Amino acid sequence: MADILKLDHVTKTFRGGVVAVDDISLDIREGEFLTMLGPSGCGKTTTLRMIGGFEYPDSGSIMLDGKDVTDAPPYHRPVNMMFQDFALFPHMSVAANIGYGLKIAGMPRAQIDERVKEMLGMIELPQMAERLPTQLSNGQRQRVALARALVRHPRILLLDEPMSALDAKLKEAMQVELKHIHARIGITFIMVTHDQTEAMIMSDRIIVMRSGRIEQIGSPTELYDRPASAYVADFLGTSNMVPVTVTRSGDHVVARAGQASFRIARHAGALADGAAMTMFIRPEKIRLGASDEGNTFSGDVREVFFSGNAVRIDLDIGAGQIVMVHHQLDTALGDAGLPAAGDTVTCSVKPETISLFDSAEAAAVAAGGGAA
Amino acid sequence: MNHARRRKLGFWMLFSAPMLWWITVLLVPYLIMLSISFYSRQFPFHVPDFQFGNYLILLEDSQYWTVLLRSVKVSVLVSLLAFGMGYPLAYFLAFKVQSERLRLFLYVATIVPLWVSYLLRAYTWKTILGSEGILNSFLMWIGILDEPSTLFLYNEFAMVVTMAYIFTPFMVMPIYASLEKIPRSLIEASKDLGSARFGTFWRITLPLTMPGVLAGFTFTFGLSVGDFVSPLLVGGPYSNMISNVIATQFGMAMNWPLGAALGVVMLFIVLGVITASDKLERAGRLNLG
Repeated sequence: MADILKLDHVTKTFRGGVVAVDDISLDIREGEFLTMLGPSGCGKTTTLRMIGGFEYPDSGSIMLDGKDVTDAPPYHRPVNMMFQDFALFPHMSVAANIGYGLKIAGMPRAQIDERVKEMLGMIELPQMAERLPTQLSNGQRQRVALARALVRHPRILLLDEPMSALDAKLKEAMQVELKHIHARIGITFIMVTHDQTEAMIMSDRIIVMRSGRIEQIGSPTELYDRPASAYVADFLGTSNMVPVTVTRSGDHVVARAGQASFRIARHAGALADGAAMTMFIRPEKIRLGASDEGNTFSGDVREVFFSGNAVRIDLDIGAGQIVMVHHQLDTALGDAGLPAAGDTVTCSVKPETISLFDSAEAAAVAAGGGAA
Repeated sequence: MNHARRRKLGFWMLFSAPMLWWITVLLVPYLIMLSISFYSRQFPFHVPDFQFGNYLILLEDSQYWTVLLRSVKVSVLVSLLAFGMGYPLAYFLAFKVQSERLRLFLYVATIVPLWVSYLLRAYTWKTILGSEGILNSFLMWIGILDEPSTLFLYNEFAMVVTMAYIFTPFMVMPIYASLEKIPRSLIEASKDLGSARFGTFWRITLPLTMPGVLAGFTFTFGLSVGDFVSPLLVGGPYSNMISNVIATQFGMAMNWPLGAALGVVMLFIVLGVITASDKLERAGRLNLG
């Protein structure tokens, strides 16, 4: 796929010296659904606003379709934004809101009406044309905002925290719907969110941002399964963070925690023998029962949390180290039922699902540098 | 004592004072004025009566019409001038000033003249516009005038300038308040959809500040039309406004009934303006939530 947008060493510093975006370079592909993910203050919104033309970079350039738009005002870029608060014009009807961009562009009245009708059909609100925004529900307002942003056929649609004003149920429905609309119209979507689930559900690619920089770019599965840093591992999903001592044996690395030892398939960078590091294991990657192809270890059951379709078991693997196991109950429970506190259970985890990170880094992430 | 009675008692305790105030200093005087306007004049004073002679005089004698029209004209000009100065100022304060402290400083600087005596501020313009005044001195210094001009002071122009200066804060405040309420995302959305600065102002900002503009016009018009001091200080002998005529009727002319009739007419003019602006405001009332 061709690149539609190119950010080249873009930096933005706000008054008071806060560096919001710090030397970001980024290529965005035509037609993809890209999400910038990170906690508040990580620079994701500022980056989006620079793409939209609402902020201008201090240095670096932004190229859209090969054209330099770094300093172009919003009304001179073929990019539209869906605002976090929807920003519907309160003194205009739904139809006038949707048709606004076309009217500015000088489209004849009849054609505008036609397009507005079409958009109202797309967002499934054909009866709402004459309503005022205040007479709509939050979900309806969002649809109108979406229609208004898409009516001009922008090259890129920007979505600033699109679900933050919606309740949980509506949020899920809209996530699916937005994804469908993206697939249908084929426009490039760039979304900003702090919600990792939302990012994973909707995106083709995710950019995890931290303190104005890009921490990692990749597909949701890449980021989830092969996080490049403790920060990314912690931000996406849940992980057991286990302090370990590592030794190198042959072509692989062995990490020891308590009485258990884990073979680890991959680790980027140098490793000193006997170094203290932190091992990240996703709770759902741990299987109950021994396995030939994985690391087998055992622990004492501390607590069991049954939630119908799944069970969470907290295991003590020695030296007071608790490892959380998330077990999907995909078959009926046998006569033995669930393990009980005090039982000793054997588990296994595949080497390629384990990540190793620097302990100081992991500690910083655990202390609150991570997910919201 | 039961709950309902307690509530009733609370209601009366809370509202009896303001209601008493309202009745004694507003309602009763209005009624007195209204009834005196029907009295007949009997030199050297007036006697209770119920006749429309005073209103007939107002209709027949063109000098009252002239003054009334002048009052309205001057007030409209004052409002327009105050709007012309006040809207850009409010816009600058609300949108262009980045520093919160500077904004506060400028806003206070706009309002602070209201704390200075009205008379003093009107006098200031005497010293600016007078034949020995700053404006004349300046124009002579740069060589535009050879001798002081008397054109600046003691006419309607001087009145309009003075009142516009004094009442502009009343235009700035409501407009500033309505500008402040506009979410910045609306401005951005408009630009995002292709509308440049002026188009965005015309289609989004101005319509959304109409309630503030209407309030500003109502304030400045209402304050100007009843103004008594500016005509006296800077208006000169041929720029009487309605209040000056009323004052004369109650004072030198000793014609209370006619003065009261003029007062009633003016009251209705102002009420009409307020009602109209309220209607307009309601028609366009929006929730910026």
